Amino acid sequence: MPNRSGRWLRWIGWLGGCLVVTGCSPEQIVVFHPAGPVAATEERLIWTSIALVSVVVVPVIALMFYIVARYRDRPNNNAPYRPKWSESKTLEIIWWGIPIVIIGILATFTVRDTFALTRPPEKVSSPLTVQVTSLDWKWLFQYPDHGVATVNYCEIPVGRPVQFILTSNAPMNSFWVPQLGGQEYTMPGMAMRLWLQADKPGVYTGRGANFSGRGYAHMTFRVVAVSDDEFNRWAAKVKQTAPPLTEDGYRKLVAQGISPELSFSSYPKGLFEDTIMMEGGMYMKHDMSILGHEKT
Amino acid sequence: MPVGVQNYTTHFFVTGDPLIYGVDVSIILVSLAIVYVLTRYRKWGWLWREWLTTVDHKRIGIMYLIAALLMLFRGGVDGLLMRTQLAWPNMHFLEAEHYNQIFTTHGTIMILFMAMPFIFAMFNIAVPLQIGARDVAFPYLNAISFWLFFFGALLFNHSFVIGGSPDAGWTSYPPLADLPFNPGPGENYYLLGLQISGIGSIATGINFFVTILKMRAPGMTLMRMPLFCWSVLAACIIIIFAFPVLTVALALLLIDRIAGAHFFTMFDGGNPMMFVNMFWIWGHPEVYIVVLPAFGIFSEVVATFSRKRIFGYSSMVASMLAIAVISYFTWVHHFFTMGAGPGVNSFFAVATMIIAIPTGVKVFNWLMTMFQGRIRITTPMLWTLGFIPNFAIGGATGVMLSVAPADYQYHNSYFLIAHFHQVLIGGTVYGMLAGMYYWWPKMFGFKLDERLGKWAFWFFNIGFYVCFLPQYLVGFMGMTRRVYIYPPGLGWEIPNLISTIGAYLMGVGFILIVADVVYSIRYGERDLTGDPWDGRTLEWSLSSPPPHYNFARIPRVDSRDAWWEMKQRRQRGEPMEEPEPLRPIHMPKNSGVPFILCVAFFVAGFGFVFNWYVFSVIGLLTVAICLFHRSFDYDTDYYIPVEELEHHEAALGRT
Repeated sequence: MPNRSGRWLRWIGWLGGCLVVTGCSPEQIVVFHPAGPVAATEERLIWTSIALVSVVVVPVIALMFYIVARYRDRPNNNAPYRPKWSESKTLEIIWWGIPIVIIGILATFTVRDTFALTRPPEKVSSPLTVQVTSLDWKWLFQYPDHGVATVNYCEIPVGRPVQFILTSNAPMNSFWVPQLGGQEYTMPGMAMRLWLQADKPGVYTGRGANFSGRGYAHMTFRVVAVSDDEFNRWAAKVKQTAPPLTEDGYRKLVAQGISPELSFSSYPKGLFEDTIMMEGGMYMKHDMSILGHEKT
Repeated sequence: MPVGVQNYTTHFFVTGDPLIYGVDVSIILVSLAIVYVLTRYRKWGWLWREWLTTVDHKRIGIMYLIAALLMLFRGGVDGLLMRTQLAWPNMHFLEAEHYNQIFTTHGTIMILFMAMPFIFAMFNIAVPLQIGARDVAFPYLNAISFWLFFFGALLFNHSFVIGGSPDAGWTSYPPLADLPFNPGPGENYYLLGLQISGIGSIATGINFFVTILKMRAPGMTLMRMPLFCWSVLAACIIIIFAFPVLTVALALLLIDRIAGAHFFTMFDGGNPMMFVNMFWIWGHPEVYIVVLPAFGIFSEVVATFSRKRIFGYSSMVASMLAIAVISYFTWVHHFFTMGAGPGVNSFFAVATMIIAIPTGVKVFNWLMTMFQGRIRITTPMLWTLGFIPNFAIGGATGVMLSVAPADYQYHNSYFLIAHFHQVLIGGTVYGMLAGMYYWWPKMFGFKLDERLGKWAFWFFNIGFYVCFLPQYLVGFMGMTRRVYIYPPGLGWEIPNLISTIGAYLMGVGFILIVADVVYSIRYGERDLTGDPWDGRTLEWSLSSPPPHYNFARIPRVDSRDAWWEMKQRRQRGEPMEEPEPLRPIHMPKNSGVPFILCVAFFVAGFGFVFNWYVFSVIGLLTVAICLFHRSFDYDTDYYIPVEELEHHEAALGRT
């Protein structure tokens, strides 16, 4: 066994080495390179959980290799052999106890952050609202405060909480920008809120994370985080130069297909709310007050 | 050509893909070969009498095992095709449509048509022998269960060449799986294949639940049962409560698709979320259904090959029952990100973490069973030892996934993929392979070759880590599941390439297992004692393979590890009790009706898939006739006379 486990370990070491030498640069491990407070909280939790589970996992694996090496059935093995020893209250209390303590600690952090992440990362009077609709197979972003819309990219100001209100006018998808924070589903007939915030300017890749058919693999989008001024300039420019999104244009967007990045200076009034109502929202009794930021 | 005929030729058979033509040709060739061999050696009668009509749990177990290995092959090939497509960025080995079908059939087959029959194979092979019974409680129903599974799987697999495979993922979420977004028969195949085999699964759950509670040998109290039987009992409890939910969910979605209802549709008041909830109310307990029996097998194997009693028996039983109950309170962790409130998410996060506690305890107990034992590294033990680090890591990543806010980053990423493959392969597949190697001599009378078996293990085990560890990494790099293509420059290419290499190593491992079986049929060590591993439980007290009535005399049990204690007593030279005189044995008669009944289910299912209701009506009528026939059939059993028993026992060298 020691011989074989050695070989096994060498393989893993070789693998790890390969990754370091040829593979990916650390920044490409996006979940561990958060660019905002939400992703940072989640990253902290991930490391906490890794540390806590290691308390059990590492000794278990080590113990297994030790036991197998020590108690092999060999003619000259003089290790103790107690075939009838099968109960020990003390030992059992220890290993019911340790996991309970670990899970207790982890559960506390989990519940705390679960509640925290449903609130804006920072207290501000006017967060930016972006309404997101997943379509087959593209993303539509609407800015109710500015009356503009984009497809497959969105701009957000740095340092200001953004509430993404999510829905879908197609089979459900999931809105995920790993460097800004975890994902949330876009579901027909529902409006769901995801708080994100970028602390550093940059371009962050987002993608649809829930399978939605043929074009699903191509449902990526850019999230461009810029300073407040630049953001306002960008919105004004789109307002002045881009074409409007007409009802007809929206119908074309909804049709199945892949789309390049697009910008629109306006969109049909109440488009987002109507979509939700049409898709089943009208049958649901749930609270639609998160749509209250509409200012068109 | 008339339009109807044209549609038939272009849509009924799947066309246009060289891979599928290749499969067409091989299906035809294999079928011809089977027909030829059966005819040439006049084996049709043998096939019908000995196998298709059997109600013997041992034979049904063997048929489950063969089916599971075939499906492991099909699902494995699906997996290799996917890994080949993902080996490098911008590959064009498969296109989106094809890839989507392959990951759908891969998942469905591996869970429903590989893991389920594999555990049922072990149930059938070991449970009656371990509790000292002559068969299961309802042998006829047992045959129906098998054939329902078989024809459900057969129906599902037809989709590859006729009509087109389902492509909405093994989870089959509406609205994507509903008619407007998914026309064609593929999704119907999924719904009906699962439905038909699901009825069989519920019946198996009930059957073994009753068998374990009512058919134990005298003296075998519940707390003297082998742990494998306890694990089956726990799994059966989950089956009985979980599978009906799947049945309902599939039925409603089918009604949506073929009758235009709106249970889960996007428009007209349907609620897709309801399907997601129902699917996982079954789906999460389902993973415990397939992993608990593996825990049972590991418990048997560890004790046998450490030559020591299992450590903490009561604790093991308590933890399995705890898992069976808590498994119902975790389903929402499959969709933390679907907008449930923080209260709901917290509840399900904590419940999920709690289930890790009894699971962890089991690992410690297995370690302590080996501690101060005498460990023999045989193939079944090797799979068990391979399981422990695997499951420790898989369990740890499971706890990480249960941390709801962190799950927002893992959900639908390759981190998740790596996790559930690690627990389902490392847990269920390793467990079933351990069980297969362990009970193989009992089923067939010869051992599988140890040398080839060890090669197979090392290829598979090393391949496993090479395949799935990089997937954890690529998940952190933002790669989502079910993408058929990805661009270069994201750092995903190297981990994906390594992962593909690992997948092929596992493929080599599988081929070596098959080679081991083929080699051992001819050259494997014959088991003449019936107890090749120096076992502890009652199945090893019988000859290998056991006679069709299992026990000539029902054993009396007065402790755990009943067979081990008997051997100890014999060794100490304690006087043996005078054996009771043989009595005639009451046995169930073979019947062809279960087979016909399930063919009828297949025909009805095929009718529903293509909306050809004539077939459905004919099929369902035949089902009704079969049920009616059984209700009034009083000639279902017989007695084996004592002379015949004496003759059999003498032939086996036993008195």
